[in-house]
Amino acid sequence: MPPPGPGEYRGRIEDPPLLRGTAQFVDDIRLPGMLHAAFVRSPLGHAAIRAVDAAAARALAGVHAVLTRADLRPHLLSEFLAVGLPSPSYKQEVDRPALAGDDVAHVGEPVAIVVAESRYLAEDAAALVEVDYEELPAVADCRAALKPGAPRVHRNGPHNLVAEFDMGYGDVAAAFAGAAHVFHESIWQHRGGSHSIECRGDVAVYDPLEDRLTLWSSTQAPHAAMRALGAMLGRDENRLRVVTPDVGGGFGPKLVFYPEDVATSVAALILRRPVKWIEDRREHFTATTQERDQFWEVEIAVDGAGRILGLRGALIHDHGAYTARGVNVPYGAAQTVTLPYVVPAYRLEVKLALTNKVPVTPVRGAGQPQGAFVMERLLDRVARELGIDRAELRRRNLVPPERMPYATPLKTRGGIPVVLDSGDYPKCQLAVLDRAQWDSFPARQNAARAKGRYIGIGLANFVEGTGRGPFEPVTVRIGPSGKIHVYSGAAAMGQSTKTMLADLVAEQLGGDRANVTVTTGDSAAISLGIGGFNSRQAVMAGSSAHVAALKVREKALMVAGHLLEAAAEDLEIAGAEIRVKGAPTMRISLAQIAIALAGAPGFMLPGGAAPGLEATEHFVVDAMTYANGTAVAEVEIDIETGAVAIKRFVMAHDCGRALDRTIVDGQIIGGVAHGIGNALYEWMGFDDNCQPVTATFAEYLLITAPEMPQIELVHQESPTPLNPLGVKGVGESGVIPAAAAIVSAIEDALAPFGAHIAQTPIRPAEILALIEAGRRRHADSL
Amino acid sequence: MGETRKIIVTVNGTRHEAEVEVRYLLADFLRHQLGLTGTHLGCEHGVCGACTILFDGRSARSCLMLAVQANGHEILTVEGIAPGPDKMHPLQEAFRDNHGLQCGFCTPGMLTTLIEFLRDNPDPTEQEVRVAISGNLCRCTGYQGIVAAALDAAKRLQAAKRG
Amino acid sequence: MKPPPFRYHDPQTLGEIVGLLGTLENAKLLAGGQSLMPMLNMRFVLPDHVIDLNRVEGLSYIRESGGALEIGAMTRQRDLEFSDLVASRCPLMHEAIQQIGHRQTRNRGTMGGSLCHLDPSAELVSVAAALDATVTVTGRAGERRIEFAEFPRAYMTPAIEADEVVTSLRLPLWPKGHGWAFVEFARRHGDFAIVSAAALIEEDENGKIRRASLTLGGIGPAPVRVREVEQALVGQTAAAELFGTACEACRKLDAMADVQAPASYRQHLAAVLSRRALEAAHARVQGRG
Repeated sequence: MPPPGPGEYRGRIEDPPLLRGTAQFVDDIRLPGMLHAAFVRSPLGHAAIRAVDAAAARALAGVHAVLTRADLRPHLLSEFLAVGLPSPSYKQEVDRPALAGDDVAHVGEPVAIVVAESRYLAEDAAALVEVDYEELPAVADCRAALKPGAPRVHRNGPHNLVAEFDMGYGDVAAAFAGAAHVFHESIWQHRGGSHSIECRGDVAVYDPLEDRLTLWSSTQAPHAAMRALGAMLGRDENRLRVVTPDVGGGFGPKLVFYPEDVATSVAALILRRPVKWIEDRREHFTATTQERDQFWEVEIAVDGAGRILGLRGALIHDHGAYTARGVNVPYGAAQTVTLPYVVPAYRLEVKLALTNKVPVTPVRGAGQPQGAFVMERLLDRVARELGIDRAELRRRNLVPPERMPYATPLKTRGGIPVVLDSGDYPKCQLAVLDRAQWDSFPARQNAARAKGRYIGIGLANFVEGTGRGPFEPVTVRIGPSGKIHVYSGAAAMGQSTKTMLADLVAEQLGGDRANVTVTTGDSAAISLGIGGFNSRQAVMAGSSAHVAALKVREKALMVAGHLLEAAAEDLEIAGAEIRVKGAPTMRISLAQIAIALAGAPGFMLPGGAAPGLEATEHFVVDAMTYANGTAVAEVEIDIETGAVAIKRFVMAHDCGRALDRTIVDGQIIGGVAHGIGNALYEWMGFDDNCQPVTATFAEYLLITAPEMPQIELVHQESPTPLNPLGVKGVGESGVIPAAAAIVSAIEDALAPFGAHIAQTPIRPAEILALIEAGRRRHADSL
Repeated sequence: MGETRKIIVTVNGTRHEAEVEVRYLLADFLRHQLGLTGTHLGCEHGVCGACTILFDGRSARSCLMLAVQANGHEILTVEGIAPGPDKMHPLQEAFRDNHGLQCGFCTPGMLTTLIEFLRDNPDPTEQEVRVAISGNLCRCTGYQGIVAAALDAAKRLQAAKRG
Repeated sequence: MKPPPFRYHDPQTLGEIVGLLGTLENAKLLAGGQSLMPMLNMRFVLPDHVIDLNRVEGLSYIRESGGALEIGAMTRQRDLEFSDLVASRCPLMHEAIQQIGHRQTRNRGTMGGSLCHLDPSAELVSVAAALDATVTVTGRAGERRIEFAEFPRAYMTPAIEADEVVTSLRLPLWPKGHGWAFVEFARRHGDFAIVSAAALIEEDENGKIRRASLTLGGIGPAPVRVREVEQALVGQTAAAELFGTACEACRKLDAMADVQAPASYRQHLAAVLSRRALEAAHARVQGRG
């Protein structure tokens, strides 16, 4: 059975155990003798630790250990998680310790690990650990952090600037000097946490027979975790394995390697018992990385027709207390701003500030939603000031298709040129405007206003970098059973990776999904791997799978041809066998070919073939492939309460070749839901002492089914020349334009009040304030 | 070990006798003492719905119940939905065919919630389905595939009744 | 997030409950669990004893008696939701109940539990205030009745003694043909209301208001009966302008501030929702000429 075509969705290989409740997530792992961990965590934003008294905790029945930094020390080559991606822009190194030692720098920072017979007992014991904190001033605002005289986020640190860089090209000064119009915007953007429904978790198991530590971890990057853990423990890759069970969502923060991963592992080594730590939701709010605040001051210079001459500004980004990943969120934001449009000159000065909060690392979109939001707000401003239709203004500035591939002067964080490889942006915008009936909206809006209803429409374009390189390996191996085994460094967290790989391989080798097994997320199954993030796995692992499968196919057909005495082009692979087209009795099974290529002592391999029926491919692409799209949102505002209802959301989208339309759509819709959350609901609040004030699901609002509009999707396919599949990534696309389109629509709905919005999220009380301000201005002008 | 009680609970049609600590959550009892790990914990404060089971036929958050409270009662978990190891319930098939799940972590709670809902509302509107699952959070799908699956399941169940 | 250790008691009779409450220190009653269990899981409360009420017979009923609805404290919210008696005789409660949480919440949550938890925006608490309910409690000294206006002692603290348990709620019913409405503003379906307004209205055949009840939830620690507005309405002819003008008084009420909303926003919502509730209640009045 061939892989599904459009409209032929038939489920995924991941589905049956998930539907039956027999899948194995990390907390489902049960091992003999397993113990349970809980962490003692800082209740303060910044403090010195004077003493830790664990005597009462250790004395509690059922408690096996309470380990502090000092207890971990003899088992660690390094006590710090040096996991930051390289960058020349760092001003200081602030790596997280495996456990806090002399200081804590954010609420939730782990101070000690308690290991007991049950999680219940571990929590009882954790409450008995007495930590003598000397509270220190905490820095809550990333702008205040950079002002002279600000308290230091780390008391022994030099200042709070952790990194800074400029991005840009062209003669910005000249562009602005000669511009017909210049407009300035101050924009605040806040994004919150991941809140995958499954929190983090580890099960660490030490096997003395093989002297091997296995860490089952709900991670998006098992190979990176293995390398980081190995470096800290001084354990080589032969004696260490990191493997992912089923993972209940990742969205970015699970790609990070954490102190808890280290502490759990060392506990298992010390106690010689399996140790399980499952993060609970309260921990997720303060100990798992998240995105947070960015403050942008930006200006756009345009000519009389609204064509962009230049863009410049400054960004201050809240980095949190430590470096858990790098400068990539603000870098990605800065790099994204201009992409859909022709911008002759650009300059952004970016500063990353420390704060006494949990570190910031990518959450679905990874800075790109923020970059897109800034550009789209500026364009709406230009359109309004110049009296040009917002879509028309964009059309005048979009990179036209005839300029593809469009080499921008920008470089990715790895120094790779940003070249927009394919896409027809104006056609994409036109397609969504058509579907959303953009042109007829003003009439509908006027009719609604006459009835006292306030509706609005907004749009946003985006171009996103996908397929972060350099590779993701795949091995395709047919064993003596005739089963096709696929191994990859890819890591799955719900985005249908296994089905994607199985279908790509099955397409070349017999077309039967049931004959393919896929193993992902296991550092012992394949020696190299990078992991799941940056919308990369279809591009990277998919390409490797495709090429490897082709190689295995070619070899199998050659050997089969030799053994059947037929020409390879007269053969076809169907199910688990190869047969002569039109003469189905002339056949040989894949199993037989695999056995033949395993060799028999003293006998030559058939057809002069090399041994084995397998291929490993590390398809290398350094350049990212750029997907694009346009979103249109329609909203209705209840002007008496400020409530926003999204009445319609239409998105045109181009991810190159769509491997499976249903899965692609599911990724986009999920991303849009997250974007709606960013626009209207999700705010991770802290007070001035860096205490979280939204630390439950009652206070931090994830959208539920009634708040979600039905999403309409329009598809476009501009295959990329960068990989044999022509595929681009899609996992983050939905979230990137969503907030921009929604805010544009809200502003449009509230145009009679002169409302101007330059923030996300925006809440009903704030919308009401805009309406009241508009009314006052109107009254004053009478 | 703290204070314990003996309980008798019927889970997915099977009678279990067990001794449990009185503070042990029902969700933990099902998952770790009975080994039925299909019921998931996502928040432990009664919002996400991943722990939803049917308690005497009515959906309930098992993270907000004590195991001792289940004494003498009947529970249905996700493991009890399929009629057999080789067959799936029409609701599960509808989820599969409509891409109603991605990571699958919220799925058990969605399924039990919808089993009750479709039993009591065999011919729902889309809006009614959305309200029915408003107590179940999903971070992957944006709910659209889940709603489509629920509406499809309603049709399949009606057809099965007629056929 | 696992509960702390406690001793567990599951009494079978009301007498046993009272006996336990009278002798145990630092005890918490477990009814539907929708409020207590999250607090236990987060260790916001550390009781030495948990007294589970779910085995006690005779505390779950809905009946009409002497012009009032009598509801047992352990009546599940779900049973109130699907009760024909409630729908026909107390439509305000019927409308309010559907806005409490979600199906799973209402399957377990109880009338008594919600009353005693006294969350400032709890729908059932507002309904009790709107209808001038009477709460019956039983303790060592026997049974006593508390007028609902006296029931909230302080923020989330009912005026009951340590040895007392709420056994029932009595809701005097409004006459057939009265108008009712329960409107609330929440960020998501089923969320706690930021502000709610419960309106009851009785009019004569000419639309003159004989009686009005207006209750605001979520604005203060306990539901607020806005007597000023009620009095401004009685004797007047029901009309949108009347409601709008009268409800402006709600802006002056003291209002709470929290992460969900500043005080000024709550005051604004109070004026808007009370007006909307009165308009909706008026539209439902039957028997006008």
